[in-house]
Amino acid sequence: MSDLKHLPLKALHEAQGAKMVPFAGYEMPVQFAAGVMAEHLHTREKAGLFDVSHMGQVLLPLSADAALETLVPADVIGLKEGRQRYGLFTNDAGGVLDDLMIARRAGDLFLVVNASRKDHDIAHMRAAIDGVEEVTDRALMALQGPLAETALKRMVPSVAEMKFMDVAQVAWNGVELWISRSGYTGEDGFEISVPADAAEGFASALLAMDEVMPIGLGARDSLRMEAGMPLYGNDLAEDISLIEAGQAWAVNKARRAGGDREGGFPGAERILDEMQNGAPRRRVGLRPEGRAPMRGGVALFDAAEGGTQIGVITSGGFGPSVGAPIAMGIIDSAVPADITLYGEVRGKRLPAAQTDLPFHKPDYKR
Amino acid sequence: MKFTEEHEWLRADGDIVTVGITEHAATALGDVVFVELPEAGTQVAKDDDIVVIESVKAASDIMAPLDGEIVEVNDALADTPGMVNDDPMGEAWFFKIKATDLSQMDEYMDEDAYKEMID
Repeated sequence: MSDLKHLPLKALHEAQGAKMVPFAGYEMPVQFAAGVMAEHLHTREKAGLFDVSHMGQVLLPLSADAALETLVPADVIGLKEGRQRYGLFTNDAGGVLDDLMIARRAGDLFLVVNASRKDHDIAHMRAAIDGVEEVTDRALMALQGPLAETALKRMVPSVAEMKFMDVAQVAWNGVELWISRSGYTGEDGFEISVPADAAEGFASALLAMDEVMPIGLGARDSLRMEAGMPLYGNDLAEDISLIEAGQAWAVNKARRAGGDREGGFPGAERILDEMQNGAPRRRVGLRPEGRAPMRGGVALFDAAEGGTQIGVITSGGFGPSVGAPIAMGIIDSAVPADITLYGEVRGKRLPAAQTDLPFHKPDYKR
Repeated sequence: MKFTEEHEWLRADGDIVTVGITEHAATALGDVVFVELPEAGTQVAKDDDIVVIESVKAASDIMAPLDGEIVEVNDALADTPGMVNDDPMGEAWFFKIKATDLSQMDEYMDEDAYKEMID
């Protein structure tokens, strides 16, 4: 445990009764006293505060927009100041190296990447882009849920004016907050980057509010699964193409076939071809019958007995708001969308219905 | 009542032993969402994995603490697995086993020894 890196809110988490676990090299709260189920449901009903300080925060010069486009299929050049958009680093085979958020601000581009891929992503960008700067002196929090605005605007009134995927730099108590209206739960909410030495005061002020409860990584995972959001290392991987992973929407118009800047990112040939002609596999939502969860790695078959393996579950567990097990998987595109699939759990094939994603419909402030 | 290192409790009534998991184990598992029990009539050997418990976090197995025959299982757990968190030492027992050799109970801890182990 001594090799684990600690983050600015560690003492506060412990005071809040967190169960700390190693995650991506950091000591992180997996749950608090209320437990995963209660934390999940509280976030859907009111507002939950997540510490995601382990994620990578990166600044690029504004002039790097064209260079960043050589690594992602997002339209970075066309991204307006004060706006954020979702991107994916692709490889030459059209697979995914990581996903990230890209914001254009008045003076720079601000990126947030996954904790487990931070070192990889920074090296990957430095090979193509000048002026890549990792931000190491700021905590990152997410405040998520239908009452997130109600809570945050008591401290920062201007957040009420922000729309989904807006970003802003706002003064609070003598420090600058970097706020985006976004998140990873399928709820309205904000992600807030706070200078490390002000992080505990900021989090404590939110946690003192009746609506706000601290939420651990356990509920973060069940919330994002219900929202149908993929996770790098599970649903996104180097050997699953961006189109197979269901992320065609993240190839922005300017980068598509016939767009102003068609292609020009790693794996563009395969990705643009699959957008027009279909991909060999597709991502599906699954609702296992009964109560047994089907977790990542469970093999999927097209028959209760015999038949062939047609795919695998990439993420799965229990959906507290759905009240039943949920899963996402990658399967052969030839499998009809209306047949029941079977997941092999502890040697037994259990039925699971294919379903549209998400399991829980988001309610963003557009 | 006796306790195993695997955080099971055992309560003997003659040669019928009722088995569940401790409050400490239920708290560590987190919210239980699924329990799979053996069928009554199954012959089991000590240390066989015979129960699957899934919480929101992970799946775990529970082993048979004794040789014997499963004579009754708590079917209510299938529909309301959350009972394991609400009343692990009472209503949420898992199974009753007719022990072949009750002396196998002797190796397990009493309550004081168990409390010392989990502290």
